[in-house]
Amino acid sequence: MTMKKNWWKALAVVIMTYVIWVGIMGKVPRQPILNESIRNVYFHVPLWFSMVILMLTSMIFSIRYLRKGRLDDDHVSVEFANTAILYGILGCATGSLWASITWGDPWPNDPKLNSVAVGMLMYFAYLILRNSFDDELRRARISAIYNIFAFAVFVPLIFILPRLTDSLHPGNGGNPAFGKYDMDNGMRMVLYPAVIGMTLLGVWMTQLRVRLRRLRDHLDNVNDTLPKAHSTAE
Amino acid sequence: MQQIRVLIGKEFRLEWRQRYALNGMLLYIVSTVFVCFLSFSLRRNQLTPMVWNTLFWIILLFTAINAIAKSFVQERSGRLLYYYTLISPQKIILSKILYNTLLMLVLAGLGFTIYTLVMGVPGQDMDMPLFIVNLLLGAVGFAASLTLVAGIASKAENSATLMAVLSFPVVLPLLLMLIRVSKNALDGLDRSVSLDEIGTLLAIDAIVLVLSILLFPYLWRS
Repeated sequence: MTMKKNWWKALAVVIMTYVIWVGIMGKVPRQPILNESIRNVYFHVPLWFSMVILMLTSMIFSIRYLRKGRLDDDHVSVEFANTAILYGILGCATGSLWASITWGDPWPNDPKLNSVAVGMLMYFAYLILRNSFDDELRRARISAIYNIFAFAVFVPLIFILPRLTDSLHPGNGGNPAFGKYDMDNGMRMVLYPAVIGMTLLGVWMTQLRVRLRRLRDHLDNVNDTLPKAHSTAE
Repeated sequence: MQQIRVLIGKEFRLEWRQRYALNGMLLYIVSTVFVCFLSFSLRRNQLTPMVWNTLFWIILLFTAINAIAKSFVQERSGRLLYYYTLISPQKIILSKILYNTLLMLVLAGLGFTIYTLVMGVPGQDMDMPLFIVNLLLGAVGFAASLTLVAGIASKAENSATLMAVLSFPVVLPLLLMLIRVSKNALDGLDRSVSLDEIGTLLAIDAIVLVLSILLFPYLWRS
């Protein structure tokens, strides 16, 4: 029973163990400037992939909330957004580390970095918007609307704009994509599982946070009915 | 269609009755331009096209946010409820976007005239038609994306701060494209250079327009 329901958690653990092990110990092609830092491909790139997947899921749950009006969908949506923000921050951190080694600057003026920074601002604004409502239903509805709007603007920001300008990143502004020359099949055998593993890990974290939120909600409901007896006793 | 026309007429009448708001907007853009003019004072002719261009769009951005932020605040909630019984929300948002587009065009036109008057035009071979098409696309994009955000912000308590926080990141892709196209126009580059950017601008305009129309009915009900 539990195995049937939780196999994906086991899968996440197995994949991430594999990725970390092979990512650090495995053989990588030797590239002039990248040297050993090429291993960051296994961690930096999947973080962004799964961030976009998590944001997409968050948006889908927002749409579901608007259509069905179940408050639980809102809980799921905000937690997916939270995990996506965490991945975004981690992606920035790993990228910054990598950039300072290969490009000699922790935050070069690169369209992709700036786009991501703006995207993060958008999701922070989403969190601030959520906090400015007291009424639960109103908060859920209005932040769901903003979430959908923000994701729709985020997509051209991150996928289209950087391709129109010169970028240091591979695959942008005339630079060949990763696949073209510096990625061999051995690396691909780690990168693609890493995307799946990171996403599963994100879903797992989200699931735990959603459960915590549900429990807290439940406790609030219980407390709301109890204190009357308390206050009269005092 | 006729309903939309009536609604736009209503927006105009509302604006006319509260002339101080409109005059405030006009004064806002004029004085901002003048502040920039005085701040650069003697070094005006040293302004590079890049700085000139960016400054102009930032002035327009702030004016747009201020002008559009009030589009929901100035209606009382009882009146909104009354509209709800009469017409579909899509028509309301469409009429508001159209009205705000017109408002933005007026403000942008005025801003541009005064800006060129006091700051001059850098470079000789400016591509005026392209610049004006770009202004038009900018007005539509600002109006469409900011109207929905204004609707969202008006539902919260401290809507002025929220309006700024919510709208800056959302209009940024639009703003970057606008700045790039108008830079091309300023430099008098061949129009085919800007085609990519204009395509993206149109796409972003279409996305925000469609989303506003799709999402507003949900915003409406709360």
